[in-house]
Amino acid sequence: MENALLEIKNLKKAYGEHIVLDGLDLAVNRGEVVVVIGPSGCGKSTLLRCVNALEDIQGGEVLLDGEPVRRGAKDISRLRQKIGMVFQSYDLFPHKSILENILLAPLKVQKRQRAEAEKEALELLDRVGLKDRKDDYPRQLSGGQKQRVAIVRALIMHPEILLLDEITAALDPEMVHEVLQVVLALARSGSTMLIVTHEMAFARAIADRVIFLEGGHIVEESREPRAFFDRPATERARQFLRTFEY
Amino acid sequence: MQSLGLDVLFKGKNFVRLLGGLWVAVRISLISVAISIVLGLVMGVLMTGKSRVLKAVFRVYLEIVRIMPQIVLLFVVYFGTTRVFGWDLSSEASAIIVFSFWGTAEMGDLVRGALISIPRIQYESAEALGLTTGQVYRYVILPQTVRRLIPLSINLITRMIKTTSLVMMIGMVEVLKVAQQIIEANRKTSPNAAFGLFAVVMLLYFAICWPISRLAGYLEKRWA
Ligand SMILES: Nc1ncnc2c1ncn2[C@@H]1O[C@H](COP(=O)(O)OP(=O)(O)OP(=O)(O)O)[C@@H](O)[C@H]1O
Ligand SMILES: [Mg+2]
Repeated sequence: MENALLEIKNLKKAYGEHIVLDGLDLAVNRGEVVVVIGPSGCGKSTLLRCVNALEDIQGGEVLLDGEPVRRGAKDISRLRQKIGMVFQSYDLFPHKSILENILLAPLKVQKRQRAEAEKEALELLDRVGLKDRKDDYPRQLSGGQKQRVAIVRALIMHPEILLLDEITAALDPEMVHEVLQVVLALARSGSTMLIVTHEMAFARAIADRVIFLEGGHIVEESREPRAFFDRPATERARQFLRTFEY
Repeated sequence: MQSLGLDVLFKGKNFVRLLGGLWVAVRISLISVAISIVLGLVMGVLMTGKSRVLKAVFRVYLEIVRIMPQIVLLFVVYFGTTRVFGWDLSSEASAIIVFSFWGTAEMGDLVRGALISIPRIQYESAEALGLTTGQVYRYVILPQTVRRLIPLSINLITRMIKTTSLVMMIGMVEVLKVAQQIIEANRKTSPNAAFGLFAVVMLLYFAICWPISRLAGYLEKRWA
């Protein structure tokens, strides 16, 4: 894996005595869409949070383009600009309009010109069908609309990789589709993504590779998502997938 | 028709004196609120910190302030400490000390509440965008904290203005005391002045507090 964009090596993460990730290795190549699934509490969110150093880690390392991403490091702001993240719950800034939410980081972190950044913001908003809502505040938007704005807010930074943590889990079913459509379009345009989801049909449609996480380890990994979802190799993955059947 | 005693109001400098008394009340409140906001910010941040000892101390302080009637505090500071420590504290200084002691406790608790009510995800999503810690506070956390605080501190101002009527008990001549003096002075010529003057005092309190509390309501709605 010479051209891996993201490399996670022997990652160890524990909360006190409770070990969540126990020496995890994972590499994500440019343009690849990796979907992480696994039972609740297995450490999927923790994994994503370690990737952009929102958590202290107890061992191992995370490399982006070969550069270590470390919590508290001097260059962490520069590295985080290359890592876009969207969370499960609405993380928009409630005191800022949609446009200001999107422009905050380009203007203050990347020091871009307002006119140029605003033009791009409007193009991106247009792409997710929300251009006319630019002056609204987050509370005036539906859950699905807020998540689309959160995606735009991450995209305008031109991240090299996007981390999506169950971005539809808090949405009403009829809004899940509109958000997943946006993500699907990004995948088709070649974005690199590390996605955690409970939407198995979506995982199957979007994944280049599926990772099944449990007990702090990768239990099963497949580059054939269709095959994986039809006939998982391990008994644990089979049991897990069965919980989605009715 | 029975006189309401309103004529007294326009005799000599009476109305101006009343306004002067009102200004005393407002001045004490504003100075105390300014002090309370500064000290309350410090206290609120410390209350969200790690030190258990500090937290316990602030809890006790808060309880004392809540339980104790302000008038008792005024008496303790103005009559009590001047005697015991032998210092020369004016009634205005005593009032400001007591009101700030009270206001700091209230503000501290408000600041603490505002800070802990901002979800962790707000810090994290800002950090994830590459904002430095300073930028996270400047652009994301503090604006939200202040928005929550402003309506609450405005409410505190109106409560203070109302409570300033107590300071005449330690000899300060604020609006209510001025009204009393005017009534006393005109007891013979217009015995009904009490009604008119106290009604005017009521209107003055209203004229000051109503816009302030409307402003608080407006900001609350706007920033909810
Ligand atoms: N801040 C924390 N302090 C202590 N334990 C934590 C903390 N955050 C997560 N954990 C624990 O770490 C484990 C992994 O949590 P994580 O949120 O990564 O799970 P997850 O796979 O994302 O689950 P879900 O599918 O429910 O979102 C859980 O057992 C959780 O209780
Ligand atoms: Mg999770």
